[in-house]
Amino acid sequence: MLKRLLVALALCSSPALAVDEEVVLGLSQDRVAITANFDGSEILVFGAVKREAPIPSGPPLEVIVAVSGPSSPVTVRRKERKLGIWVNTDSVLVDEAPSFYAVATSAPLNEILSDTEDLRYSVSIERAIRSVGAAMNIRGAQEFADAVIRIREHESLYSIREDTVAVDEQTLFRTSIEMPADLTEGDYVARIFLTRGGQVVSQFETTIDVRKVGLERFLYNMSRQQPVWYGLMSLVIAIAAGWGASTAFRLLRE
Amino acid sequence: MQIYLPIAEVSVNAFLLLGLGGMVGILSGMFGVGGGFLMTPLLFFIGIPPAVAVATEANQIVASSFSGVLAHFRRKTVDLRMGTVLLIGGLTGAALGVVIFNYLKSLGQVDLLVTLCYVVFLGVVGGLMFIESLNALRKSKKGVSAPPKRRQRGWVHAMPFKMRFRTSGLYISVIPPALVGLFVGVLSAIMGVGGGFIMVPAMIYLLGMPTKVVVGTSLFQIIFVTAFTTMLHATTNFTVDVVLAVLLLVGGVIGAQIGTVIGARMPAEQLRVLLAALVLVVCGKLALDLLLEPSELYSLGTGGGH
Repeated sequence: MLKRLLVALALCSSPALAVDEEVVLGLSQDRVAITANFDGSEILVFGAVKREAPIPSGPPLEVIVAVSGPSSPVTVRRKERKLGIWVNTDSVLVDEAPSFYAVATSAPLNEILSDTEDLRYSVSIERAIRSVGAAMNIRGAQEFADAVIRIREHESLYSIREDTVAVDEQTLFRTSIEMPADLTEGDYVARIFLTRGGQVVSQFETTIDVRKVGLERFLYNMSRQQPVWYGLMSLVIAIAAGWGASTAFRLLRE
Repeated sequence: MQIYLPIAEVSVNAFLLLGLGGMVGILSGMFGVGGGFLMTPLLFFIGIPPAVAVATEANQIVASSFSGVLAHFRRKTVDLRMGTVLLIGGLTGAALGVVIFNYLKSLGQVDLLVTLCYVVFLGVVGGLMFIESLNALRKSKKGVSAPPKRRQRGWVHAMPFKMRFRTSGLYISVIPPALVGLFVGVLSAIMGVGGGFIMVPAMIYLLGMPTKVVVGTSLFQIIFVTAFTTMLHATTNFTVDVVLAVLLLVGGVIGAQIGTVIGARMPAEQLRVLLAALVLVVCGKLALDLLLEPSELYSLGTGGGH
């Protein structure tokens, strides 16, 4: 309790967020429409730093852009060999893991963001995944969280791309975030951090709306809201197509 | 051409799906199996979530079996009375299977048990069929036309509630076919298959039905059982992806038509050797997955769902 209070106090009195430099942001698109032939999207993130005073001396301004998809709990299972076959044995529930997470930075992340700042803002992939309630009785609970990252990086759902944000004159910046085809819909949060010497000096947040549209939206809604009709419709479509193709094929042969 | 599947929420190549559907459709028409035992693992392999693959496969089997059964109706090779008895057992079994499936899911071991089911059933059925049909082939090669098998007068014929099945030329109790249907219904709900690979041998070896009517009759039963399974999945798990199903079945129905033609031209013994070999290959692949150390020991599932 005391610890939490201290953290809260620290957050309130943090001098880092005294707004001397502010982000003015543009996105090439603030909504992603998932259509039938959706095969991924690239979002251009660009902006400028607004300031009233001249550019402060000292360490240069660095920019971090982090885009995260909706979070949900994930059960991670580990296989072990039992009686000669590989079986799921231990499992850990990771409380919150984003379905998508991409970080782009203007320099190597550990050089421009201190560990304490990373802890506070949950910027790196490791920090973005929370497994607070991970069972302590399972050996190596951290390995399970690592497995989530490894598997999702492999599916290009998680990525960290360092040195991909271009910064001009400590004022203008731009980067692009690639979104793969296998997106879940929801509100994606884009966070932009300005840092100097490992400290966050300003942050900005906006949302990108990722939604299914058209036929995709219609079918998805119907399957959830009128499952009986959806099931019957699927059967009718299947049978009609089966019968239609059969007849067409027979006519073709005669 | 990539296409985004609305329920599975993944993007896959449309031509890959059409091709898979066509390939499995040919086998479906040739052997009278729904092809689900092949398609469901293939769908896992291309990255469709298992729950969606199982449910959608049931829907697709309805379609591919429908065009197949039409072809068999035209050739009058469907035993409707036998089909109905099998169906009554099948619907009961499917309902029972869903209960078992949900119980396994609560234990968190559903993947393992589904794979084990595949390995055991495919292995036993494939092995038996392979040996039996090789023997039959050897006999026919010797030039001695295999003597018409004497009807077994075993336990199958000692049971009450006898019924005459004219199309099959049988006079047997309804209990064995109903039990076969029940068993296949359970498997269909648990494994996401039509169950033809169990039912076809059971009808030939257990019930003694003529090979000619077996394929059409099993397709007839499969249609209704898989339609029932589709409805159960659509209303409880919301995992039927109609876009995926349509793509698979467009390839599937055309394949099934070609397969029916090929099947009608090939000798029954050779057909059975091929089916047995196919079943054994799928079984071997699944068994290897269980025995060899996987490259990724961890797997992700949606958490906190219950």
